[in-house]
Amino acid sequence: MNSESDLILKVDNLQTQFHLSRRVVKAVNGVSFQMKRGRTLGVVGESGCGKSVTAHSIVQLLPKMGRIVDGSITYYSSNGAVELSKLKRNGSEMRAIRGKEIGMIFQDPMASLNPVFTIGHQIAENITQHEKISRAAAMERAVEMLTMLGIPQASTRIKDYPHQFSGGMKQRAMIALAMVCNPKLLIADEPTTALDVTIQAQILELMKEMQHKYGTSIILITHNMGIVADMADDIAVMYMGRIVEFGTVRQVLGSPRHPYTRALLQSVPVLGIAKGERLKTIRGSTPDPSDMPEGCEFAPRCDFATKQCKTVPADTDLGGGHRVRCWNCMGGLTT
Amino acid sequence: MVTKAVKSSLALRNWEKLRRNKLAMIGFCIVAFMILCAVCAPLLTPYSPTDIDLGSRIKPPSLSHPLGTDKLGRDVLSRLLYGARVSILIGLSGALGGAVIGTIIGCISGYFGGWFDKVMLRVSEIFMTFPQIILVLILVVYFGQGLMNLIFIFSISGWPGTYRLVRGKFFSLREENYVEACRAYGIGELSIMFRHILPNTFSPVIVTVTLSTAGYILAESGLSFLGLGVPSGIPTWGNIINSAKAIDVISNNPWLWLPPGLAISLFVLGVNFFGDGLRDVLDPNQ
Repeated sequence: MNSESDLILKVDNLQTQFHLSRRVVKAVNGVSFQMKRGRTLGVVGESGCGKSVTAHSIVQLLPKMGRIVDGSITYYSSNGAVELSKLKRNGSEMRAIRGKEIGMIFQDPMASLNPVFTIGHQIAENITQHEKISRAAAMERAVEMLTMLGIPQASTRIKDYPHQFSGGMKQRAMIALAMVCNPKLLIADEPTTALDVTIQAQILELMKEMQHKYGTSIILITHNMGIVADMADDIAVMYMGRIVEFGTVRQVLGSPRHPYTRALLQSVPVLGIAKGERLKTIRGSTPDPSDMPEGCEFAPRCDFATKQCKTVPADTDLGGGHRVRCWNCMGGLTT
Repeated sequence: MVTKAVKSSLALRNWEKLRRNKLAMIGFCIVAFMILCAVCAPLLTPYSPTDIDLGSRIKPPSLSHPLGTDKLGRDVLSRLLYGARVSILIGLSGALGGAVIGTIIGCISGYFGGWFDKVMLRVSEIFMTFPQIILVLILVVYFGQGLMNLIFIFSISGWPGTYRLVRGKFFSLREENYVEACRAYGIGELSIMFRHILPNTFSPVIVTVTLSTAGYILAESGLSFLGLGVPSGIPTWGNIINSAKAIDVISNNPWLWLPPGLAISLFVLGVNFFGDGLRDVLDPNQ
């Protein structure tokens, strides 16, 4: 269906585990997806469902006790396919890809900039890290980038320290940092969670603009359904380290087939909700990842669980790339 | 060039803050004045600190000798000024040496952890179980007297303090988001360690250096007074006091021991004032 040249990233049966002193936490448990160039993949799910770990596994930025135990991550650069999961964690090959090929935007812009260096210094450092370019030229690129991202008087603001920037400006600076080397893939890990709503909209708009300009693919991690609906082309809904539903925005949000996706969507407040009507909550809480329930991990919280749910569900392909990991997805899930 | 501009503007901001701290400015003025006097010693006194003039022994202060002369007829003022050079040099170099050793080991230990950290932590604990003065005495006996030896001894006996400070800072800083951000931009481990995290630990290290400078000046005076410090031929504040340790000198010739004693007290006080002020300025928690 997709030609290989169209792909930018292929994750196949990724399994990432955290080896703690006594137990093993399976944070990501057989995640597979493919990303096409210039598209945005929204990854949604509750806290602790493995969204961030999946993203960090791609660039191998896991904490010491975390390791990829199985599966493969293939990145298709302009020079051919690279199997990221086979590279040494902090080897020069991996480091050449980080920042240059795959950029990252973090959740908390306040803490992601080094307080003792100026904004310009930090952006320029990222350029000189990957390209043979003079310091002055790098600074010029940094000014250009910041101007493009709507920071007024960028040539003077570049000499400011992070504490002299507001939250929204810091996130703009972070986007500048991530985009300045023109990466093909951008991983945005809850880029707007720490910002207020108006700034959120601006930042998201900026990210879209940059994507149009450079044709970047974006993996957008969030738990905000509104942002996903607005930004993403494809959606992966994650629960307990697994993708439970995957498809285009239209497929997943228009006709959600997994009970978890439905429950998530019903828990979002929307304009026009009937007066007095209460938002649905998902009952129970996420199980302990080191003590997963037998069979489908959502079954204990699911309103539609049947006996069959005691066995591990398989992915069901609904056609058009829409796949759901549920035994009951074909039947009518009526509330 | 860029980095230079960066540093100077940050320094400028802190300097402005420091200027508002009165005690720190008093300390700074005292220290600056005394260092200036030490540097300009040849302009302030015509006598050499080691010239012996047996014709004018133990003369009280007069116009030709503002602070009098000692038992061998040497001018006390010039001994005091030239002695300041050596004393301050020893204090500052000892403190800096200890800080450099402690910082480097602390960086590696705090960033990588593991066996190196465990070993170095025990080593630093062994150093710290001895009272420092006893450690210094043992080392002086072992390495012998001398200016360079003393600086060396102060450096290797003084590193554990800075080591533990920097190590502790690294433990918290290496978990910071911006460190992970650095990794995400492909910056190497060594560069992250020394270029990105280390500058964040400088403030407390600078404060430690100033405060331990005062400590080492006192230690040098004490050791020299005991005859274990700098060889008595070289004038230092401790050596000047050392040559005045007879009871009749103490009661009859106060100009032999009062000026170096005051100089030590004043300098140490100044450095401590300045160091405390510096801590207030550089520590964002206050």
